[in-house]
Amino acid sequence: MALPSLPDSAVVIAADAPDWRAAVLRAGDALSASGSTRDGYGDEMVRMIEEHGPYVVIAPGLVLAHARPDESVLQDGLAVVTLAEPVPFGHPHNDPVSVVLGLAVKSVGGHLESIADLANVFNDASVIPALAAAASADEVRRLMGMTA
Amino acid sequence: MKIVTICGAGIGSSGILKVNAERVLARLDIEADVVAADVASIGTVADDAQVILTSQEFVEAIGATFADVIVIQNHFDQAELTEKLQRSLG
Repeated sequence: MALPSLPDSAVVIAADAPDWRAAVLRAGDALSASGSTRDGYGDEMVRMIEEHGPYVVIAPGLVLAHARPDESVLQDGLAVVTLAEPVPFGHPHNDPVSVVLGLAVKSVGGHLESIADLANVFNDASVIPALAAAASADEVRRLMGMTA
Repeated sequence: MKIVTICGAGIGSSGILKVNAERVLARLDIEADVVAADVASIGTVADDAQVILTSQEFVEAIGATFADVIVIQNHFDQAELTEKLQRSLG
């Protein structure tokens, strides 16, 4: 699959999140609001980090939150949440986080094309700070090369 | 040569590492099979791997291995990947 579309309901700009759990849950809310997952998926993303640590903070300021493919994933989807105030995840190098990506995939293997697309976007180091400062969903889509 | 990228679910960060490692290896003209996997399958997927790319959080769970375990900080930084892969494979 290529990167899924990014409707307005999958984008939250300048979210208030007091801690990392709240930040990840906002991405979970956006994934369910945009029809990609059922409600419990956000809790699963939090559980992954509780289980394995903050490894999902894969670059300075950016977390790629996701859970395993299961019945709570309705379709492949991506959500983008920018935070009004950056929050620490406890990562030794890449804290604090100002951009939360929530990823839902229906099956492992078929998703690598969209992962490659994500790499294309974020291999440009200027994209994370630009996303953090984005003022609209249109600007987020433009930076990520995605459509609504 | 086999390279395994490891994360919690075998989807997100290990997928990013796989994609970017393949790009770096192509540029270095090194032939390798790069496989993304979750940490739970490390025993079966990595027993014939020469290099394991992962995050600091999984080093302990990966445990004793003949592979060279490389910790990547910024998964999108191809310069970091290039330098660490070159040091390991050079």
